[in-house]
Amino acid sequence: MKIPFEKLDKAFENRLRLQIMSVLVANDRYDFNSLKELLETTDGNLASHLKGLEKEEYIVVHKAFLGRKPNTTYESTDKGKKAFKDHLDALEQLIKQQKKT
Amino acid sequence: MNNKVLYVEEKEIQNELASIRNLMERSSKFISLSGLSGILAGIYALIGAAFAYNIIYNYTSLPERGYVDNGAQATGLFFSSSYRMLEWKLIAIAFVVLVLSILTGIILSLRKAKRKGQPIWGKTSRSMLFYMATPLFTGGFLILIFIYRGHYSIVAPASLIFYGLSLVGASNFTYNDIKFLGLCDIILGLVTACIPGYGLLFWAIGFGVLHIVYGSVMYFKYDR
Repeated sequence: MKIPFEKLDKAFENRLRLQIMSVLVANDRYDFNSLKELLETTDGNLASHLKGLEKEEYIVVHKAFLGRKPNTTYESTDKGKKAFKDHLDALEQLIKQQKKT
Repeated sequence: MNNKVLYVEEKEIQNELASIRNLMERSSKFISLSGLSGILAGIYALIGAAFAYNIIYNYTSLPERGYVDNGAQATGLFFSSSYRMLEWKLIAIAFVVLVLSILTGIILSLRKAKRKGQPIWGKTSRSMLFYMATPLFTGGFLILIFIYRGHYSIVAPASLIFYGLSLVGASNFTYNDIKFLGLCDIILGLVTACIPGYGLLFWAIGFGVLHIVYGSVMYFKYDR
């Protein structure tokens, strides 16, 4: 039996990263605070994982100001969307293969 | 031995996939909309329609009944001194129904949002409100302008159609069922436009009966 573990994306190994990505794929853009509230995580944790995804070029950061308050929003790239889909496909593949055996 | 390990892993992956699906829905859709508030809004609308019916038809005897269109009446009913009173009473009823429905909707959705752990004033509810408010205010002002100009027969069809449009717009940000309620209201509005004089009846069906039906569907599907 061959399991396509190698198809699983290393960048999504962390659960929070996968969660961030699923929110950004489902929405055009999402801002930092809404993301934090939704995922119930801390500033530092969220920021470091966002940075990680940015480094992979899976997301882009838009920095803007609402009045004087900084309003940072995030958007998934085409590359990121494809990686996310491939990752989910691989997970599904895993389940299917295990059902067969 | 090996099988057992794989089984646990499969469960884990399935949970992961389910949580991703849940997160995608929760982040992009306002799932705290209360079905119960739809049922109650429908009941308020029916009660309001019954009051309106009583007021209109107590004022006029059977042969005098008709409808007003293009500023002229079809029969010799309106433009008596009591007519202005009638108009104000009807507007008051509509206003009370509207305010009660909105209040009920807000209170019950607040309660549900707390239970679901979704912020009531978040990204999704803001988008939903915006796409609802645009056709709703457009329609509202259009209707007021036409009332002012004496085109009364536009009130029932236009309120149904614009409300339907606002629901179709909002359906992108909440349960998809809302879209079909909106389409039903639009169709009903167009039918109403074809047969003037039955506005109140169609209005009661669109805002009363349909709300109760769809509110019940949503209540049993999502509220519990």
